[in-house]
Amino acid sequence: MGTTASQLGKDLLSEYQELTFLTKQEILLAHKRFSECLSKEDKNLPTPRVPMEKVLSLPELKSNPFRKRICHVFSTSDMKDGSLTFEDFLDLLSAFSDSATLEIKSHYAFRIFDFDDDGTLDSGDLEKLVNCLTGETDDTRLTPEEMRQLISNILEESDIDKDGTVNLSEFQHVISRSPDFVSSFKIVL
Amino acid sequence: MESDSVFYTDRLGAPRNPLLDQLPSYQSLLYRRKPSASGSTKRRGSSRTRVGSSNSGKWGQTTVARQHEEKLRTQTIQRPVRELPKSMAEKRRDKDQRLEQAKDLSSWRQWRQSTRRTLRRLKEDGFEMLSNLELWRGDIHVIEGMFGTGILSYFSFLRFLVLLNIVMFLLMFGFVMLPIITAPHASGNTTFNHVDGSECRNYPSTSRHGLVVFHQHITDLLSGTGFLEQTYLFYGYYKVEAIHFPKFTYNLPLAYLLVTIAYLFLSLIWIVKRSATGFKRNLVQDEDRFQSFCNKIFAGWDFCIVNENAARLKRSSLLYELKTDLEEERIKQKIADRTRKEKCRIYVIRLILNLFVITVLAACFYSIYIATNFSQKAQMTKVNFILDLIYEYLPSIVITLANFITPLIFSLIIQYEDYSPAFEIRFTLMRCVFMRLTSICVLLVSLWGQITSCQEGDCVCGYNHVLYPEIYKLMIFDFISLFSLSLWTRKLIVNYCDCGLAKWWGQQEFAIPQNVLDIVYGQTICWIGTFYCPLLPAICTIKYFIIFYIKKVTLVNNCRPTTRPFRASSSNFFFLAVLLIGLALACVPVTISIAQISCSQACGPFVNYTTSWEVLPRAVSQLPAGVRTFLLAISSEAFAVSFFVITCLAMFYVIALAGAHKRVINQLREQLVMDGRDKRFLIQKLCQAQRTCAVRFPGSGSQSHSSDRVSPSYRSNSGVFLVHPPPDSATHV
Repeated sequence: MGTTASQLGKDLLSEYQELTFLTKQEILLAHKRFSECLSKEDKNLPTPRVPMEKVLSLPELKSNPFRKRICHVFSTSDMKDGSLTFEDFLDLLSAFSDSATLEIKSHYAFRIFDFDDDGTLDSGDLEKLVNCLTGETDDTRLTPEEMRQLISNILEESDIDKDGTVNLSEFQHVISRSPDFVSSFKIVL
Repeated sequence: MESDSVFYTDRLGAPRNPLLDQLPSYQSLLYRRKPSASGSTKRRGSSRTRVGSSNSGKWGQTTVARQHEEKLRTQTIQRPVRELPKSMAEKRRDKDQRLEQAKDLSSWRQWRQSTRRTLRRLKEDGFEMLSNLELWRGDIHVIEGMFGTGILSYFSFLRFLVLLNIVMFLLMFGFVMLPIITAPHASGNTTFNHVDGSECRNYPSTSRHGLVVFHQHITDLLSGTGFLEQTYLFYGYYKVEAIHFPKFTYNLPLAYLLVTIAYLFLSLIWIVKRSATGFKRNLVQDEDRFQSFCNKIFAGWDFCIVNENAARLKRSSLLYELKTDLEEERIKQKIADRTRKEKCRIYVIRLILNLFVITVLAACFYSIYIATNFSQKAQMTKVNFILDLIYEYLPSIVITLANFITPLIFSLIIQYEDYSPAFEIRFTLMRCVFMRLTSICVLLVSLWGQITSCQEGDCVCGYNHVLYPEIYKLMIFDFISLFSLSLWTRKLIVNYCDCGLAKWWGQQEFAIPQNVLDIVYGQTICWIGTFYCPLLPAICTIKYFIIFYIKKVTLVNNCRPTTRPFRASSSNFFFLAVLLIGLALACVPVTISIAQISCSQACGPFVNYTTSWEVLPRAVSQLPAGVRTFLLAISSEAFAVSFFVITCLAMFYVIALAGAHKRVINQLREQLVMDGRDKRFLIQKLCQAQRTCAVRFPGSGSQSHSSDRVSPSYRSNSGVFLVHPPPDSATHV
C-alpha cells in the first residue's frame, strides 16, 4: 500500500476516490488525522496499523457507545485486535459518509449491532444494543419487564418470517422505512 | 457466517446445518437486488471468519454459485465497486478484475464504460464544489457534534428560510426594482401615474438641523413612516405605470402582481418538495412511522455526536423516550379499559377545559383588536417620543405578550385532560400554532375594520398606508423580542438578578417548538408584507442571519438543550407543516387585498386601476387573439369543472391502487411466514433422516456426522446435498 510519511500519491488518491465514497479533501483530511495517531516507529512501516486504543481516542469515536464494535467490524487484522490500517480507516469513513448508499450503511449497521457475530440479531444482541443506547449503569437501564416489552415490540415490527431473530434482509427492510437512519448514521471528520 | 442466514438454529439445539447455505434462496442473497457481477463470491469472510469453522467452507465456490454468477455477469449492469460492502483490498481486486474483463470487451463497450466513469467523476467534483458553497457548513457541523440531529434540524430549517427569502428578494429585485433603477440609464422613459404630484402624507418641512433630524430619523426608522416612505421600501414609491425601453414596453404593475403570485407559488412548491423527500418512504404502510420502535432503536444514536456531555444527554433522552413510549402502550391499554362513568367524567372535564381555552383565545383576540384601534387613534396626536413609540407598538406588544403567556396556560391545563403523552405534546403545539397565526389575522381584520370606516371620509390614503407600517413594526418588534428573550440575555439576567422569578426564567431550556413557532410567525409576516413592502424579504434575511448566530452562541455557551427528545425526521415534518399553515394563512390577506381592496388614489403602481387584480385582464386583452382565446378558455368555468372532475378520478384511481398494493403486501407477508416455517420443518426432518442414517450405518460415520467440520471439497462428496435429487442422497451415505 505504501503511504509515505506525509503525502499520498496522486494516483493512489484517485484510486481511493474511486473505491470509496469520500471526496479528495476528505481523504486528505483522513490521512492527516491517521498519521497523527501513528507512533514514530510505525510511520516507516509499509502498512502501519493503529492499535484500537488510539482509534478509540479520536474525538469522533470517543463518546460513541459502539466504538469497539466499529473497530472490530472494520478491522482487517488477523489477530482480531481491532487495529486499523489506513485503508480500513478509509472504509470506515466511507461507510459513514454522507454519500454512502443506504444499502452499505445498513449492511455495516447490521454488523455493528450483531454483538455476538452470528449473523442475526437475536434477543441477546438487541438487549445489549438497548443497553448501549441508554447507558451502562444500573440506574440508566430499563427494567427487565420493560426490556422484554421493548424487544417483543421490535421483533414484532421487524421479524417478518417470525423466527425470533432479525436477519440482514429484514434489517435492511426495516431500515429502508426508517426516516432517521440516514441522517443519524453519519461520521464526518 | 456472515450476514445472510435466513434461519436460526433449530430448537433442538443442533448446530446450523450446512445444507442451509446451499439453498438457492441463500445463494441468491449474495447477489441482492441489483446483483454485482464481481468475479469472486468471496466476501470479507476470508479474513474475518467468525465463530464456527463450519462457516469457513461456505465461501468457497460451489457449483451452484459459479453457474449463478456466470449467468448474472452476462445479464446485469455492474454496480460501482465502492457500493460493495467489502474491504479495500477486495474492492481493489474486484476493480482489477473488471478492468481485465473490460479489455476483452469490444472497443465500443470500453469507450462507453470509460465515458461513464469520467462523467460520474465530473458530477462528483461538481457536487463537491457546490457543497463547499453551502451556507454555514462549519457552524452546522459543530452544532451537530454537540447536540445531535434533533437540534440540527432547527438550524437547517433556519438556513432553508434564509435561502427562501434570498430567492424572494431576488425575484422582487429583478423584476420590479431593477427596471426602475436602470430606466434612466437604459434611456427608457417612464410614464408616471396621473396623480403624480400629490404626496401620500404631509410631512413637516425637513429644514431642521442636527440632532432633531437624527431623532426624527430614528422615529421614522422605528415606525416605518417618514423618510422610509420615500424609499424603495414602500410600495407607494413604485408610482410608475410603464417603462419604455428601446425595444419594448415594460408593464410595471403587471410585473408587480405577477411577482407576488410567483413568490407565493414558489414558496409552496419548495416547501412541499422539501417535505416530500423525507416523507416519500413512509407511505406504503399504515403504521405511525415516527413512533416506530425500530426507528428509535436502530436509528436512535446520532453517530455524529462528538461531545461527551451531549452523549450523556442523548442517552438520557433516549432512555426517557423509550420509557415514555413503553408507558404509553400501557396507558393505551388502560384507556381501553376505562369504565363508562370514568369516560363521562373525562369528557366533561375536557369540554370545560376546551371552553376555557376558547375564552382565553377570544380574550387575547379582543385585546389585540382594542389595542390596534387605540393605537391607530393615538397616532393622530403626538404626545412625546417614548409614549408615541409605545402607542405605535401597542399591537405588537400585545401580540407578543399573548404569544408568550398562552403556551404556559396551555401546557398547564393539558395535564388535566388526561391524554396520552405523545398526544398531549401535539395538541398543545397545535393550540400554540393556532394562537400565533390567528393573532396576525386578527390584526389585519381590525386594521381593515379601521379602513372601511376610514374610506367614508376623512383619510386620503388607503389600506396600504395603514397596513404597511404595521407590518414593518411587527417585524421590527418581533426581532427585538427574539433578541431580548434569547437565552443569552437570560443568562445575563440570571447572573445579575437575584429574585426567584428571574432565576426560573433564565434556566429554561432551548425548546425547539417554541423557537420554530417564532420563526414561522416572522416568515408569515414577511409573506403578507412583501406585497406592500418589497424590500421585506431582504430585511427578513438579515434578521434570520443574526438570529442564527445569536441562537448558536446561546446554545454553545449555555449547553442545555432540551431533555425531551426531538427526532430529526418528525421535526422536519412538523416545521414544514407549520410553515405551510403559515403560508396558507398569508395567502388569504394578500388575495383579499389584490382582489377586493380598492387601491389608494395617491400611491402605488395600481393607481389607475380599481383593484390590483384588474391589471391582469387588461394585459390579457392586449395580447394577440390566439393567446387571448386560449387563456380565456383556461379560465372559463367549463374548463375548471372538467379539470376538477379529472383530478378527482385520478385521485380515486391512485387510492384504489394503494389499497390493492397494501392487500398484496399483507398476503406476501403471511406467505413468507408460512414458507419460513415450512423450510424449518423440512430441515428438521432432513436432519432427523441424516441422524437415523448415521446411526444405521456407523461404518461410514466419519463421513456423515461431523457436518460442521467439513471442508469444501469434502462436502461436495458427502452427505445430503440439496442440489442432488433426494434418492441419491439417501443412498450416498
